[in-house]
Amino acid sequence: MTSNDLKAGRSRDEMAARLAQDIPNGWYVNLGIGIPELVAKFVPEDKTLIYHTENGLIGMGPSPAAGQGDPELINAGKRQVTAMPGAAYFHHADSFVMIRGGHIDLCVLGALQVAQNGDLANWSTGQPDAIPAVGGAMDLVAGVKSIYVITQHTTKQGEPKLVESCTYPLTGLGVVNRIYTNLAVIDVTPGGFGVTELSPGVEFKDVQNQTGAPLSDIRESATAGKK
Amino acid sequence: MIDKRVNTAHEAVADVFDGATIMIGGFGEAGSPIELLHALIDQGASDLTIVSNNTGSGEVGLAALIKAGRVSKAVCSYPRTANSTVFTELYRNGQIKLELVPQGTLAERIRCGGAGVPAFYTATAVGTPLAEGKELREFEGKQYVMERGLRADFTIIKARMADVHGNLLYNKTARNFGPIMATAAETTIVQVESVVEAGEIDPETIVTPGIFVDRVVQVAQPAHESELVAAGATYP
Repeated sequence: MTSNDLKAGRSRDEMAARLAQDIPNGWYVNLGIGIPELVAKFVPEDKTLIYHTENGLIGMGPSPAAGQGDPELINAGKRQVTAMPGAAYFHHADSFVMIRGGHIDLCVLGALQVAQNGDLANWSTGQPDAIPAVGGAMDLVAGVKSIYVITQHTTKQGEPKLVESCTYPLTGLGVVNRIYTNLAVIDVTPGGFGVTELSPGVEFKDVQNQTGAPLSDIRESATAGKK
Repeated sequence: MIDKRVNTAHEAVADVFDGATIMIGGFGEAGSPIELLHALIDQGASDLTIVSNNTGSGEVGLAALIKAGRVSKAVCSYPRTANSTVFTELYRNGQIKLELVPQGTLAERIRCGGAGVPAFYTATAVGTPLAEGKELREFEGKQYVMERGLRADFTIIKARMADVHGNLLYNKTARNFGPIMATAAETTIVQVESVVEAGEIDPETIVTPGIFVDRVVQVAQPAHESELVAAGATYP
């Protein structure tokens, strides 16, 4: 690849599949709208994850068959879903008790920008004519135990999304733990961004070229940590 | 004998006054009390402040109330939908005010309002534009922002079933804000598909106890907002 090949590395599905490998069996998980939703398709069959949707369901299942849905059984993206055996419904205050109280293990979100200290911007570009809308993003990043971001490494215009400090309005301070992009898997460490894994066919210098902050190469220690 | 039934949606909202604050249940179309909202449009009250997660779809229900110019302010977490430009146009023209609140903070503000708790601290939104101007306080080395409890003059929500005491059961994710909004208003008005006698709902399964409910109106076959929008319906 060349350093400005924006489609290098993993596809959206491959990014979601890569992230799905890292979620432990039995975790309670909240998936954001967009690429994060794809993660559920790729969870290995030997694992059971329990999906929370902040509008009031834990034990969410996939979309219903055509004609089988209920307009009052929807997810946070307002699409019709199903309830798995063992599911529960609850009101909004309880839903955010689960979130803010640290009862959800993992939230997977998209990002506009992630800063090297883990600051996340994902709700507003700050443009004056945009209608401000935040939903549950700020609650999720403030309360869920682990926050993984899944995103293309750069914008469509090739601008880095991983930066020294966010220029867009923040969603939360120092909240991101790990980032899965088309190019790499990157941990947010006390020393900044640390690359733990490169996508097939991608070289470290290519990732650095498309990143707006210094990267450290921690692939060896990450591998050692898994043994 | 207690019987909280009223005969029609119009009767249920007859005393809503100009300038009232109204909590409106629903997350997207799930739980949106469309028939009560349409009755409120007919009733004519204006200069309303609404507290609601969204601002409606198409030009029916909540979006129709806003389009009719009855709402001067929305307290809301996500006032955007793919298929409605009603709120967007009024907001850009400066004809409606918006207080944007994170969804979980909105829920907890309502819960606290109903529980008699005037304020609370949350980590949500610390360091973001939505915490600007608010009191910050540190607990155990971590920053929190103070948020105020919310109360309203009226709550209008939808449930599946009530008994004549106002005990409520909901349907799936249409429950959303209903149980907390029911607690936080001077007058709580509920539309339900069916009403049964006292004792017919197992007390172990009741979600909203009737103490929080003032009026129950039966709407046996409530419209689904998505079907109205798909059909191009408008109200009135």
